[in-house]
Amino acid sequence: MSMKVGSRQVDGVTIVDCSGRITLGEGSVVLRDTVRDLLAKGNKKIVLNLQDVNYIDSSGIGELVSAFTTTKNQVGELKLLNLTKKVNDLLQITKLYTVFDVKDDEASAVKSFK
Amino acid sequence: MAMTEQRVSYTLDSSLETIDSAEEKATIIATELGFGDDEVMQISMAVREGAVNAVLHGNAYAPDKKVILAFERIGEELVITIRDQGKGLDLSKIPNPLAPENLLKTSGRGIFLMRSFMDVVEIRPSQTGTELKLIKRVHGPTAGGKEASQ
Repeated sequence: MSMKVGSRQVDGVTIVDCSGRITLGEGSVVLRDTVRDLLAKGNKKIVLNLQDVNYIDSSGIGELVSAFTTTKNQVGELKLLNLTKKVNDLLQITKLYTVFDVKDDEASAVKSFK
Repeated sequence: MAMTEQRVSYTLDSSLETIDSAEEKATIIATELGFGDDEVMQISMAVREGAVNAVLHGNAYAPDKKVILAFERIGEELVITIRDQGKGLDLSKIPNPLAPENLLKTSGRGIFLMRSFMDVVEIRPSQTGTELKLIKRVHGPTAGGKEASQ
């Protein structure tokens, strides 16, 4: 299953609902293009809802890092929401859990933006 | 691969489809060999990362170069070999992805993940490129949460 995304606005925060796989190829490109489009349109408070992302490889991890740094470089903030156990474990193993701001419920994720 | 079979190998193109195919084959074989769900995921991800290295960094998508993928059960071990026909890999040039200065790099985690998920990871030059050997013990300890050094 390839990756699908849909975005919505909640109190000035863009929630990007992701589903499927973030892997080398289409999945990584979809994520990259989505974040770049949001930033280009001035949406700089971004939450990636990964609740339905069932698989991610090292390229997908790289895309998450790229999305995080690209947003930060444009004086924005990108947070992660609702990690599956698999994705959570990968972020723990790679120590990226210490880098990302990870939330487990949408309301607190939205409120956490300054 | 049925339990009674000892070895199966595939010659694959240097394409993105090969990466997905290698992962799928690993999932099927690991499941048939009786690994648990978490271990199946670890094996399939390690194979995927190995295939990515072979297709991208080894063969660089060259249409005339192949990836040889083999699965073999030897005793209580699943031995997976991935060979490419590329220029080879200098392990000394691969930085530790856990080092603070490397945490925000967008690549360089593939071999680390393989080492995290498999019992043995060997990378060495072959006659035609690079040979990667991945070993998972059939009745070995669950590797979940194990953290390997680079």
